Amino acid sequence: MMRILLQHISFSYDEATAALQDVDLYVESGAAIALVGANGSGKSTLLKIISGVLQPDRGAVTLDDQRLQALTARAIARRLAMVSQERSMGFDFTVREVVAMGRIPHRARFARESTSDRRAIEEAMKLADVHALAGRSIRAVSGGERQRVYLAMALAQEPRVLLLDEPTTHLDLHHQVQFMSIVRDRADAGLTVVIAIHDLTLAAQACDEIALMDEGRIVDVGPPEDVLTAASIRRAFSVDVVVGDHPSLGTVYVLPALSPRPSR
Amino acid sequence: MSARSAAARRALPWILLGLLVASFLAGIIVGPVTIPFRSVITGLLSIEANGVSDIHRLIVRQIRLPRILLGLLVGSALAVSGTAMQGLFHNPLASPYVLGIASGASTGAALAILFASASAVVLPLGAFLGAGVAAAIVYGLARGRDRRTSLFTLILAGVAVGALFSAVTSFLIFLSSGGEKLSDVLFWIMGGLGRAGWSSVAVLAPVTVVGIGGIIFFARDLNALSLGEEGAFHVGVDPTVLHRWVLILTTLLTAAAVAMAGTIGFVGLVIPHVMRLLVGPDHRRLIPVSALAGGCFLIWSDMAARTVFAPAELPVGVITAFLGAPFFLYLLKTRGVNL
Repeated sequence: MMRILLQHISFSYDEATAALQDVDLYVESGAAIALVGANGSGKSTLLKIISGVLQPDRGAVTLDDQRLQALTARAIARRLAMVSQERSMGFDFTVREVVAMGRIPHRARFARESTSDRRAIEEAMKLADVHALAGRSIRAVSGGERQRVYLAMALAQEPRVLLLDEPTTHLDLHHQVQFMSIVRDRADAGLTVVIAIHDLTLAAQACDEIALMDEGRIVDVGPPEDVLTAASIRRAFSVDVVVGDHPSLGTVYVLPALSPRPSR
Repeated sequence: MSARSAAARRALPWILLGLLVASFLAGIIVGPVTIPFRSVITGLLSIEANGVSDIHRLIVRQIRLPRILLGLLVGSALAVSGTAMQGLFHNPLASPYVLGIASGASTGAALAILFASASAVVLPLGAFLGAGVAAAIVYGLARGRDRRTSLFTLILAGVAVGALFSAVTSFLIFLSSGGEKLSDVLFWIMGGLGRAGWSSVAVLAPVTVVGIGGIIFFARDLNALSLGEEGAFHVGVDPTVLHRWVLILTTLLTAAAVAMAGTIGFVGLVIPHVMRLLVGPDHRRLIPVSALAGGCFLIWSDMAARTVFAPAELPVGVITAFLGAPFFLYLLKTRGVNL
């Protein structure tokens, strides 16, 4: 529903090292793209640039035809939502109250919850499967549940772009799959998705495109089967992998190969 | 959230309002001289009536009423500052005094008493200036090279600057070598409403109304800040703007309250906690009920302060701590540590 264009983005936290160098990226409206790469390759920084938390030193971010830098925090939040890796909550809000925070950019400061607010909150809780938790404290639910609550909050924002920063890193296999299925489902419904993720196989299954990052640059971008090759992964991660096409799932899978154990 | 607790949440503001009215009347009646209820009403409404003594009328209008109003203003200012500070730092241990404001005010007050006068104008002015200087130093130190204020640095700077000003105050007390001025300084530091008069009410009322109103304006944004600074930004709340305004408003509220009544402890720490247990963490409910509860609490504490050892007057800070600390511990024990 919204396309993202990054042009010549450069950013550094300090003068010594560049976190991002001349990054160009185009994300088609309604596409799901995965940012993959080693720790410190610039995935999170790039997400912070796209979400407006950080201002690039050079270059521009454009959402549809609007420059991100020209938008207020509220205007950005009406277009774009973010789910981070792990978030600690200072106070004992209920799950319902947290999801309702997603409506902040759409509500006047002192307005009561409107019918459309309520509908968006209910819908988001249903999609993220947190309805049963509504009255529980956000601090009392499990890690997998909490990530789904934050996903529900982001969906209640009714964004056109959803950014996710390693949202499944601390989740077990069941919750990873469940979480990514919901995200894939939203992308199919037209949401533009950018997700930083470590699990290459999961990325290949859930996303239309993969952007491979290395030392602050995007070194390759395209369909999973083109980008995820043994050679490119070796360059970016310095590991040997086996890459294959799964016969029944129809996607690329990546198996890390530990160096052979010395024979005894 | 059960239906019963939801009903309790809705009822609480009205209960507190009722309690406030009761506190008002009780505060006027109770004291070294007990005022008959009839005199209270005629005195408040300024009605001429037979059989009501002029002395009672004078006590109601010139002594008790301003004192109660000052208690209400100081109590609500401290409670709301505390609530806002806890929201800002998303830490339930924050209080209005974490940024060294109280220590700065104490130094200012001590300087005023020792080198100028303890008059109703000079003393609050000295305390307010002291609070302002402390706040300016803390914010100046915490402002990084990128011109953004780090909350973490702010707390550390607050602790250090607070300690420095406390040392200066101790040194001033040492220099004063006893005497009446020393007891003036100590009494001020322990806090009390004994200096209340219509002039202090007239100064504090607009500041408190603006300060609390401003913080209520930002209540929703403080909720969003529970998601962290980036989390708040992602739902459209600019944390830099929020920090700046909430810090300005809390500094104003705290400095004005401390200037009028000294450093009364515990109100700004305990009231926000207790109210959060009762109505939950939503600042849109929490801030108004904290204001009401803080006002009531200080009015009752002050009543105790001026009656327990009458005609001598205890520093009200002693009472707030005596009442606040055990109640706080009781809540911790019964409601668990999930504050």
